[in-house]
Amino acid sequence: MPKVTVDGQEIEVPEGATVLQACELAGKEIPRFCYHERLSIAGNCRMCLVEVKPGPPKPQASCALPATEGQEIRTDSQMVKTAREGVMEFLLINHPLDCPICDQGGECDLQDQSVAYGRGATRYEENKRAVTEKYMGPLIKTVMTRCIHCTRCVRFSEEIAGVDEIGAVGRGEDMQITTYLEQAAEHELSANVIDLCPVGALTSRPYAFEARPWELKKTLSIDVSDAVGANIRLDSRGREVMRALPRVNDAVNEEWLSDKGRYMVDGLSKRRLDKVFMRKKGGLKPSTWDEAFKAIAKAKPGKSIAAIAGDMVDCETMFAAKALLKACGSDLIEGRQTGMDYDVSNLAAVNFNSTFEGLEQAKAILIVGSHIRWEAPLVNVRIRKAVKRGAKVYVVGPHWDTTYPAEFLGEDLGVLNSLSDEVANVFKDADRSAVIVGGGALKGAHGKALALASEWGADFNVLHFSAARMGGLMLGFAQKGGMADIVAAKPKVVISLGADELDFEPFADALKVYIGHHGDKGAHAADIILPAASYAEKDGTYVNTEGRVQFAEKAVFAPGDAREDWTILRALADALKVEVGFDSFAQLQSAMIAEVPALGEEGLADYGALPAADVNAKAEGTMSAYPIKDFYLTNPIARASAVMQRCSAELLHGGELAEAAE
Amino acid sequence: MADRSPAPDTPELRERWGAFEFTESYRAKADQAIARYPEGRQRSAVMPLLDLAQRQVGEETDTQGWLPLPVIEYVADYLDLPVIRVLEVASFYFMYNMKPVGKYHVQVCGTTPCMLRGSDGLFETCKKRGMKKGHVSDDGLWTLTEVECMGNCATAPMVQINDDNYEDLTPERFDEILDELAAGKQPKTGTQIEGKRTSEPEGGPTTLKEMVDVNHDYRGDWK
Repeated sequence: MPKVTVDGQEIEVPEGATVLQACELAGKEIPRFCYHERLSIAGNCRMCLVEVKPGPPKPQASCALPATEGQEIRTDSQMVKTAREGVMEFLLINHPLDCPICDQGGECDLQDQSVAYGRGATRYEENKRAVTEKYMGPLIKTVMTRCIHCTRCVRFSEEIAGVDEIGAVGRGEDMQITTYLEQAAEHELSANVIDLCPVGALTSRPYAFEARPWELKKTLSIDVSDAVGANIRLDSRGREVMRALPRVNDAVNEEWLSDKGRYMVDGLSKRRLDKVFMRKKGGLKPSTWDEAFKAIAKAKPGKSIAAIAGDMVDCETMFAAKALLKACGSDLIEGRQTGMDYDVSNLAAVNFNSTFEGLEQAKAILIVGSHIRWEAPLVNVRIRKAVKRGAKVYVVGPHWDTTYPAEFLGEDLGVLNSLSDEVANVFKDADRSAVIVGGGALKGAHGKALALASEWGADFNVLHFSAARMGGLMLGFAQKGGMADIVAAKPKVVISLGADELDFEPFADALKVYIGHHGDKGAHAADIILPAASYAEKDGTYVNTEGRVQFAEKAVFAPGDAREDWTILRALADALKVEVGFDSFAQLQSAMIAEVPALGEEGLADYGALPAADVNAKAEGTMSAYPIKDFYLTNPIARASAVMQRCSAELLHGGELAEAAE
Repeated sequence: MADRSPAPDTPELRERWGAFEFTESYRAKADQAIARYPEGRQRSAVMPLLDLAQRQVGEETDTQGWLPLPVIEYVADYLDLPVIRVLEVASFYFMYNMKPVGKYHVQVCGTTPCMLRGSDGLFETCKKRGMKKGHVSDDGLWTLTEVECMGNCATAPMVQINDDNYEDLTPERFDEILDELAAGKQPKTGTQIEGKRTSEPEGGPTTLKEMVDVNHDYRGDWK
């Protein structure tokens, strides 16, 4: 490990570190625009200049210079100060002075660094360059005159997203960042370039001119749009969530966020259930809490009560429902709305065991029945990283556009029963490999995939899609026969905890109570609607598909009469005259942790060892389509979001619309 | 600087160039260019392929050739590259024409050495013949571009027309060259001074004279 001296302080840096990283290790701040930890090194902004000896007697770009034994680095000399001032002056030559009308204002790297490292005033008297705006889709707003050509966005789409669409056209002063023929950036991570852009060239279109960063209350939360559990920060003003931004968590989302997780937040204030509704004479009419609770009590459910958890509920809500049912003497709880009935006796067998970080190390990956780009865009990023390190990827299922070379083995799951030696050997020879089973293939291929994984010594992974799934399974929200068991029990009262995807038909005779936040499919089918809180409006624990327990905080208050879910269930207990054993959120949480201790500790839950695989297991069935039909409209919040609707119409169905118009 | 934006993507452009494909001879050359690069690095052949495509377009249109968007897309497809990566290359190098040009692309060097040796006169000559910078002349013969240094300062002023350089020019000689080209003849390329070889000084060498015939060792002469 090389030893270098930074401003007279001797430190040891890891092999392969750059001078910039060495300076950071020594606690020095190095200004930069083009350098980004997760992207390749471009070295084109020149802002990170430092003085390095031995070397040429001029400042050097520290981001692209390897740290070597005995280097003397100075970040505080006059030469460095002048160099930074010079670079900053050049950058500002063509950068418009429009900070007051720029959405990046207040969180702009260029603004901050020009204050810290720039000269006081400009000496430039010529005209500034102006660049026309480029269309980049419904999410990215561009003001290209502000671009300083750091090429972070180009490198992101090429290296991380794996969709080469943004490029730098032209040269020198005429260089412009654009997509080919100004087509919209069409992938699930496109909006991350907005975070990467160090200036206001790429800003958020839905958030344009909405708020200033310093007006916003920042709340740490968890994304519930898929089962990855991306760490997010909800920025809110008053009672409205203005935007969601990713937080850094190397184990989960690194620092990216899918477009759906980021932009479905405008759906939080649309189509909301803010009053109690009851079905009277066939129609849903506004009502009161008292009336609703009385009606439920009048149904006299006794033991005949069931609870079905939706895809976005937190563990506390599920536990409160479970406690309520237990007090009533029922255990009809289920979370797998669409009727899946896989075996949950060993949770390790339905968990993403290699973890997202571990997936990067895999040398061979078999994906069975999962459109990963849509089901978990951030896991797709990890697979792409693994492929860049030499991993081979095989997919069983209908074709989708991978962002890496992958071999499709066909739609017939039966292909797993007779994999060619060529494929099998790739897995046998790999020191680490992974099998990923998607929700759509759990029925037909779970056993066989598990057998293959244990035969090859591969990590066995199940990729869930719903944010509530792992938490629900830990709390026992699973019947042996899935939804069929609930239907067979013919409950008098069915409580839907934001469950929208299930078939309400079989429950025609039951009193259907919907506790949720959006007027979606579940609410339409309900007899009584009790308005509840979305993920942004309550504290809660979520478990992602790799069994990682994470805690989200409440950002805003629920609208109108809506209450936090657990309080509704607590009040319902009173109406049904049963004892649930908690009167506050803290009591509820401690009761939950007492029952499932793993939910009390943030981090990976331990599910023990995988069950012994049945070597005779056979995969059967054909996948003709993946469960997700429309990436942008998979949950009630996204379906209510105008931005997501526009993305869906323009990015996924744009071609169809154009054809229809012709 | 010249406008490097591609010609607009119109239905007419698509109709004219949408079906572009390398002819057999160009395909052979393209595949040869690709074969120069190691397995898996075929994309490196993007520059020769763009050049070949431009030349083929030139043959088809009887001009120096240019790169319409469908042709750029064809090259991207040929190399399995994202189109934007090819467009980046095509828009970066001035040797690729992004807009239609005339039969002869007259590139007059206007950088300091050429200017000092009279490139202004060459521009005057062009202007008299009706050429305008960045435009194709009405007869479709000429496109005039002012370029930066082409590396022929020793024989300034110089003009590059399509693949040939014409050096040591005077406005009169330049006029003759253009006349010859217009008449379909091939003028003498390189230096235009009688008896001068390549870029050697006029009237023979003035320094290192002993080196002309043999490899003379000057080290003994150093004092």
